[in-house]
Amino acid sequence: MESGEQIPELRVTPDKYLPHRYAGASGDFNPIHIDPEFAKAVGLPGNILHGLYVMGLVARANAGLAGGDPRALKRLSVQFRGMGMPEQEIVVTGTVKSSDGDRVVIDTVAEQSGNQVIRNAEAEVQLTE
Amino acid sequence: MAVNTEAVGKEWPAATYQASRAKIAEYANVIGAENPVHFEKDAALAAGFREVVAPPMFCVVYSAPAMGPAILDPEVGMNFAAMVHGSQEFEWGEPVCSGDEITTTPRCLEIYEKDGKGFYVFESISVNQDGEQVVRGTWTNIVRGV
Repeated sequence: MESGEQIPELRVTPDKYLPHRYAGASGDFNPIHIDPEFAKAVGLPGNILHGLYVMGLVARANAGLAGGDPRALKRLSVQFRGMGMPEQEIVVTGTVKSSDGDRVVIDTVAEQSGNQVIRNAEAEVQLTE
Repeated sequence: MAVNTEAVGKEWPAATYQASRAKIAEYANVIGAENPVHFEKDAALAAGFREVVAPPMFCVVYSAPAMGPAILDPEVGMNFAAMVHGSQEFEWGEPVCSGDEITTTPRCLEIYEKDGKGFYVFESISVNQDGEQVVRGTWTNIVRGV
């Protein structure tokens, strides 16, 4: 892949109960993610997605460059910014920043309704030949 | 008011997590990772793995038992009501397969103040039963109004 090339876009709409399933899978039962009333009581618009779930989608989009091979993703760093909400589409995009043979570095973001949930993210992927 | 940096350099006890096919499949399903190597032993073996293999971000599952006590430690003293998970980095080594015993050791890397916010940075090193490093994590929590 060449600098400036786009990775295939990943679009996912987490359903209403996705945060509950993610809580079970990950063990993170913080009520801001699974209890809309609690979330509103602490000033949030509703229960919000786990940031690490959205990071999981960013990892998936970038590992997708190597057919989803779990060995391909070597490094991923992200900044969590806006809040992600259930029942709204998440779009993960990425642009190749540099490449060294089969090793590429990708600038990647996850946004929802034009709001960046994950920004300044960088993925390092080992492409298969 | 300055942040308390006494916990910088502190290490917490290692915690060991045994990866299982069921938890790997549950995690892969929830993030939508569809590669059969996460679900079927034959597919994993054919792709050169020892057993069903976890998606890279499964590291949050096996690191959690070690990270909890570090983040909740009163000596670190984060105000959870004003805390957000600011940034996260993982650097992967050996893949993690079902049956692996992953041992994670957390350490407080740095605590500093910037623009009225406290930055609390933790590192985790996870190794498998053969002593091979599977992931290094850098976890940054930001606390407003310190």
